[in-house]
Amino acid sequence: MDNETAIKVDHVSKTFKLPHEKNNSIKGVVVNFYKRKKTFETQQVLKDVSFEINKGEFFGIVGRNGSGKSTLLKMIAGIYAPSEGNIHVNGKITPFIELGVGFSPELTGRENVFLNGALLGFNRKEMAAMYEDIVAFAEIEKFMDQKLKNYSSGMQVRLAFSIAIRARSSILLLDEVLAVGDEAFQRKCFNYFETLKRNKKTVIIVTHDMSAVERFCSRAMFIEDGEIKLIGKPNTVAAAYSRSNDENYKIAKVEKIVEEVPQETYGLTITTKNDRGISTNKFTSNDLMTVSLAWDNPEVNNASVTIIRQSGECMFGTGTYQDKFEFSLHDKVDYEVALNLQEGEYYLQVGLGREGQVKPVVLINNGPSFVVNRDKSDSRWDGFTKLKHEWKQ
Amino acid sequence: MRQYVSKQNRALLSELVRTDFKLRYQGSALGYAWSLLRPLLLFVILYVVFVKFLKLGNGIPHYPVYLLFGIVLWNFFNEMTVMSLGSIVGRGDLIRKIRIPRWIIVFSSSLSALINLGLNLVVILVFMLVNHVDLYRTALWLPLILIEIYLFALGLSLFLSAAFVKFRDIGYIWEVIMQAGFYLTPILYPLSRITNVTLQKLLLLNPMAQAIQDARYSTITHETGTIWQVFDGGWYYLIPFIIVAATLVGGLLYFKSQADSFAENI
Repeated sequence: MDNETAIKVDHVSKTFKLPHEKNNSIKGVVVNFYKRKKTFETQQVLKDVSFEINKGEFFGIVGRNGSGKSTLLKMIAGIYAPSEGNIHVNGKITPFIELGVGFSPELTGRENVFLNGALLGFNRKEMAAMYEDIVAFAEIEKFMDQKLKNYSSGMQVRLAFSIAIRARSSILLLDEVLAVGDEAFQRKCFNYFETLKRNKKTVIIVTHDMSAVERFCSRAMFIEDGEIKLIGKPNTVAAAYSRSNDENYKIAKVEKIVEEVPQETYGLTITTKNDRGISTNKFTSNDLMTVSLAWDNPEVNNASVTIIRQSGECMFGTGTYQDKFEFSLHDKVDYEVALNLQEGEYYLQVGLGREGQVKPVVLINNGPSFVVNRDKSDSRWDGFTKLKHEWKQ
Repeated sequence: MRQYVSKQNRALLSELVRTDFKLRYQGSALGYAWSLLRPLLLFVILYVVFVKFLKLGNGIPHYPVYLLFGIVLWNFFNEMTVMSLGSIVGRGDLIRKIRIPRWIIVFSSSLSALINLGLNLVVILVFMLVNHVDLYRTALWLPLILIEIYLFALGLSLFLSAAFVKFRDIGYIWEVIMQAGFYLTPILYPLSRITNVTLQKLLLLNPMAQAIQDARYSTITHETGTIWQVFDGGWYYLIPFIIVAATLVGGLLYFKSQADSFAENI
């Protein structure tokens, strides 16, 4: 890692074990050990994420709820350990990601200032020296000897914020600070951000506020389902994020409308297999995928398979009828396709048809889904599909 | 080693201990005085029951002080392990949101218990003066014995606090073990009351029994059984120390192996 890099996230994955029934009793462990049954599910929150942040950058991370951005921030802060991969931090990093962590409602404002200062690494002498400034900035001089539980939430946030900005670290992590506080407080936040930018501090901010991203960030990243969807200019990322919100909304609506079509199933089974014939739903770009269809009605004489990206775009769809493929067996067919696709999540739409009928008699709108990972031997490219191409001179 | 005693860690440790103390007697009229009153009141009860009614202490000089000393040492051990046990889970809000060395949390609750012990030892000293206990030269051993108790409790605390994150039953189990331990340790009854020598030997293999007996021997009266008298030579009297060392190392290793996943398991 060179000297210009502040943070390097290197192929980081994070998996959580989610117990089905919170299993924190010894009896539970004994019983389950005896039954040899796993009572947890694993949930992969981040999948092979890599990126670098340079010193002095104001880096925004955006994504929908549950996309893994807060987990990522916690790992950078050192609160969670990555399941795989490494995170290198070059410089002193703030240890907290939220305001007011460690505030104790039973202590007075003054006592909380010292406690919070200690969490930032300041001893009593140092805190005493800046105490007046902190209180003045928070504008709550009168309340400092009252217990924190008697503060309004706005007062608590102001106090927490004015302590937090004292942190003497070169890298700052901020998770959704902008969501709280009134307009005056937000203006204070923004002023503080300007100061940070001027002082060439490295800042990583997680937020839903696209206007803040466009205004402050020098670069931004869009995370979806634990994977990096886009890293780039703040306005591009903000636009992509807003669009994806709209798209998800649209798909949700469309799915409701499509439901009118056929009720038949003909016992249709759909299996996705890799090039070794093993059933799986994980592929890599350029892999060969086989979709095996089987049904129990001999009248079927054509089939169609469409690959759709999770965000709704149709990647490619065709059928035996268009391809002039004649059935010799009438209970199964295999469809082989090279997945020249961008990394992401996809699902299948499968239809079966009968002689003389225009519309399919069986239509599975939300067929099996599968994941395409990036082919690491291949260079990065933009777009949905890798077209056949060549450079000439 | 340097990193463990850094300025930041010391500042954090002192604030955490301070907070512990402030919060503990929050809202009670007598406040800190309860740290002293609690063992004294317990002492009064046990004294009335065991010394006045059951007459257990016959034959031991300064039995009241002897009894109080045992209670204070046991209380320290009990308080430290019980408080540390819940410390990691109790500070879950910090652990999930901020990067601080995990051991500091356990260490700070152990320091709170240690401060309490210090206060209680002052009370013992007063009692000793009132009772005209002669000061032996062996009293110089006392700090070493206290360190032994502290290290034993620390090893257990590290193990218990880390295990409690995953298995919440530990809290109840430990309570029962401490109850049993209180009666299996010659605190209320003089060791001489147990006439079976093998049983005496077994009891003294417990580091707490060995330490309390040694502490009493060194400071209050030589007329009490200690492990090297009971075993009369031989290397057996080293067993309690081996147990302490093993507990400390085991506790440290287990805590270290679990510390990274506290945030997600709490």
